[in-house]
Order: sequence, then C-alpha cells, then structure tokens
Amino acid sequence: MQVDEATVQRIARLARITVTPEEAKALVKELSGILNWVEQLGEVDTSNVEPMTRVVPIALPKRKDEITDGEIPDQVTKNAPQTEDHFFVVPKVVE
Amino acid sequence: MTDLTKLTLTEARDGLKKKTFTAAELTDAFIAAIEAGNGALNAYVLTTPDHARAQAKAADARLAKGEVRALEGIPLGHKDLFCTNGVRTTACSKILGNFVPTYESTVGANLWHAGAVMLGKLNNDEFAMGSSNETSAFGPVVSPWRRNGSDAKLVPGGSSGGSSSAVAADLCLGATATDTGGSIRQPAALTGTVGIKPTYGRCSRWGIVAFASSLDQAGPIAKTVEDTAVMLGAMAGYDPKDSTCVDAPVPDYAAQMRQGVKGLRVGVPKEYRVEGMSKEIEALWQQGIEWLKAAGATIHEISLPHTKYALPAYYIVAPAEASSNLARYDGVRYGLRVPGKDITDMYSQTRAAGFGKEVRRRVLIGTYVLSAGYYDAYYLKAQKVRTLIKRDFDEAWNKVDVVLTPTTPSPAFAFGEKTGDPLAMYLEDIFTVTVNMAGLPGMSVPAGLSSEGTPLGLQFIGKPFDEGTLFRAGKVIEDAAGRITPPQKWWLSTSKGR
Repeated sequence: MQVDEATVQRIARLARITVTPEEAKALVKELSGILNWVEQLGEVDTSNVEPMTRVVPIALPKRKDEITDGEIPDQVTKNAPQTEDHFFVVPKVVE
Repeated sequence: MTDLTKLTLTEARDGLKKKTFTAAELTDAFIAAIEAGNGALNAYVLTTPDHARAQAKAADARLAKGEVRALEGIPLGHKDLFCTNGVRTTACSKILGNFVPTYESTVGANLWHAGAVMLGKLNNDEFAMGSSNETSAFGPVVSPWRRNGSDAKLVPGGSSGGSSSAVAADLCLGATATDTGGSIRQPAALTGTVGIKPTYGRCSRWGIVAFASSLDQAGPIAKTVEDTAVMLGAMAGYDPKDSTCVDAPVPDYAAQMRQGVKGLRVGVPKEYRVEGMSKEIEALWQQGIEWLKAAGATIHEISLPHTKYALPAYYIVAPAEASSNLARYDGVRYGLRVPGKDITDMYSQTRAAGFGKEVRRRVLIGTYVLSAGYYDAYYLKAQKVRTLIKRDFDEAWNKVDVVLTPTTPSPAFAFGEKTGDPLAMYLEDIFTVTVNMAGLPGMSVPAGLSSEGTPLGLQFIGKPFDEGTLFRAGKVIEDAAGRITPPQKWWLSTSKGR
C-alpha cells in the first residue's frame, strides 16, 4: 500500500497530530514501507479463523455496580495544565 | 567491607538476614554507585535517595524484629513506565512532562509491601516504543558492555534499557521492566542479565502507562535466574483493578527452579532458523541444546508455521492499540499543553510537540489501520493471524513442555546503527514477539559471548502460567554458561571515588 501526502495529512488530522509538509514527505516513505511490509499477511489463509479477542481464556469478571472511589477532585486535577475550581480549563469550544 | 553492589539479590537477602550488613548500608552502597556511574550510563532518569533511605530504615527495623518479608531491604530500580505515588513518572516522554501520580501501580505496591527499596526511576524508550532505548526524551542509555578493543557506545536494548543497563552495571540488585514485543527479554540478552516476561494476566497492568493493552506485561530483570524468580513472586498476583489479571495462586518459583530438567521435553522450532542468522547465534543455540541434553532433557524438532507472520501482525496490533491508548494525551488533564488557535489546534500542537518521532509514527500507523475502510483489511486480519500463531503453540504443547530459541538475531549494536530505518529496528523483536502475540511466558538467559566480546542470550517459551518450567530450564543454562559480567567498570567516575 502506497500512501501519499494527502493521506498522511488526513491520518494526522484524525490522530490530532500537526504534521509539517516536510514531515509529511518523510512519513510518506516510512508509512508506505511499513504498510508494504505488513502486506505479506495477505499470504495467510484466514478464512474460517476467528480473530483473537483474548489470549487467556477467562471470563471477564463482573463487580457490583457500586461507587468505591471518588471525592478526590484535588488529586484528579492536580496534574492538569490549567484548572479552575476543580474544573479542567480548555479553549472555548462553542461560540 | 566488600563491594555490596556486586552481590546478587539472593546473596544480599542472605547477608541482611545474617546481619552481615544493614539495609541502610546496602542502600547507601547503591546510592554511591549511582552517583558515580549514572553520569556515563544515563540508566536512571530520576534518583530518589531520600525515599530509598527511609524505606531502608523501615526495613532495618523489621529485620531487627525478625519480621522479614520476601524482599526486605532489597534496593531496586523502577522503570519509569510504572506510576509512583508522589514521584515523577514520564514514560520518558515530553508529553507527560512533570506528571506526578497520586497513586501507585499495583506491581510497585506489591514490591514495596514485600519490603523492597526504590532507588529511582529507570530510563526507557518513549512509551516503551523501541528496541535500543534511543527514543527516550531523556536521551539514550549506554550499555556497560563494550566491544573488544573499542570504546564505541553500545545500546543496552529496549525498551527496558535503563533496567538492563542498571542491573548489568550493579546500579541496583534488580529492576522492574515491561514487555510488549520483547522489551524485557531483548535488553536482558544484550546485557548479560536475566529477564522474564510472565504469562499475560500474571502481573497486574494497573498503574503502568499503557502501550498496547493486549500485549503489555510487567516482569523483572535481574542478575540471576533465582533473583528473577524471587522478584516475580513478589510482583505477580491477582488485582481486581485489572480485568485481564488472572486470579490464580503465585507458586514458589525459586523452589520450582530447583527441580531440574530430567525428562523435560524441549522443542526447537525450525522456523526460527531465519535467513541471515549469524553463525555464532546458531552455535549458541546448539550449545544450549547440548547443555539441556546433558542435564537430562530431551530435544524435539517442532514446527511453528506462522512464525514469520508474527512481526508484521504485531506492527498492526501494537500501533492500533497504542493510537487508542495514547489518545488520552490531549493537553487537558495532565502533562504538556501547547496553546493553539482553537481546541483542536491545541490538541494537535500539543501532541506534535509532546510525542517523539517513533511515537508519532506508530500513532499514525495505528490510526491508519483502524480508519474507516481499512479495519478489516489490517486489524481484523492481524488478529486472525494472531489466532493462528497461538494455535501453532497450542499444538506444540502436545509434544513438548518448553521451547528453546535464541533471544535476538544478533549481539548489541552501536548508537545510531539502526535508527535510520524503522524496519531494521523492528526486526530486533523477530524471536520475541510471537510470545506476546500468544500471551505466553518467555525468559532470556545469558548463554555466552559473541566474537565481539558482548553478551548473547537464549530464550525459553513456556505454556500459559508455567513460568516454573522456564526457571528450571533457565537455571540449567545459567549453571552451564556461568554468570556473564562486564570485564571493567569503566563507567564509574574516578572523581567521586567508588
């Protein structure tokens, strides 16, 4: 699979990572190389094979739907770049 | 007094019990060794001497009362991927900046509850993505090993390069590490140390910075097989906070280790004889076979037909899961924030500035393979191949109890040798990655030196939750090969003394 610069920019937008035009040029080569290399999986016949969902065959444990933690807003917001009254502050989203 | 840093973890534990030295003396010896040696090696990204001395003091109090726990007073290094309460944790990424967790990882808490002492946080590849420790935001780690007649800096492997370098250089008695595609076993192999990645679900992943959640596992790197057995025994165990963590008793691994390998059926997979494998790796593998035979094991050729597809499948599954896990680094709740003209621009600028090159590359690959129209062709296909890889092993377990392979295709390489080409670096994991894809336990044991005078390792792969057999088999190799240590402590700065 060969990707082009427009595809790289489209993925970068989806991934929320700013990519400069120079970086996009280098990424075209790198991503195409990796994607071409993984193409070899096409050789494997996977018809009638279930995709793996977990390596260890255990049932997902369930717990009671109870609150066991909380009331620690100081801790939750402690590492945030910008907070106000235990809220995370972000640039304006709605005009 | 003799140099306490040269002891193995088990020897140090005996010395503490016999009161030959105190935990405070032992810890001070390591603090001094780190002061003298870390400048050259860059294994620690943060040292916590006050924290260590306080823990050592508490350990001495318990030792005096005879209340000795499994790792009482044992100084360890802690990979910076484990969250530590009140101690900076960065995953060696700029995007976490000065993140100071308000909680402790379960594996870390288990170690401190067993009496261990934390010397500091160890360097790793950024978000554990790399095989040479060259992608760390704190700069690369240097291996204490050098090639014969050369002082070129060699890599200690990755991503747990700080762990392997610190253990090999006597800057701790043992270290925590994590392994997503080989990040415990490959660095252990390149530094003459022992590393075990347990079965997926054996150790809790809670509080470990996530890379690829279906592959990540914690494990120890230490100087001997027995040391890793003791450490894993303390690290492992059920944790309701990780829904994939298995509720099964933790056996006495050190006792299992002593059971020998008489009658053990060892499989040698023909698919691991890859093109371009060096003659000395092949010779090492053969030597391992001879040692196991001499100890009473039987050798059987087996076939794991989907081996060659494990690495390409891994480079779909791991980046896909990483792109999802790393979505949380958005400049809102913790870490770096770079201002932007609106919120989306803030996210995008933050992530561009905060993630290093390899992390950006993997997030983009992951985003691509999960994007609309490509999910079935890439991610679903890779997960189907993964089923086949696991099935290969399931069939092998009908014939053999454990599998023997080399750990890496070549010995340690120099700085920059593989950084230009991502694929060349990815091939470092060719022998280790199948184990993660199938969720199995795997161990690397030092087995000899290359013609360049640098360490080489052999890998054992076991059945799910059969770590005990890995310790038994690993012990045979260790006893035959002997411990492998760097010939000279060149990294100790003379100005600060030893």
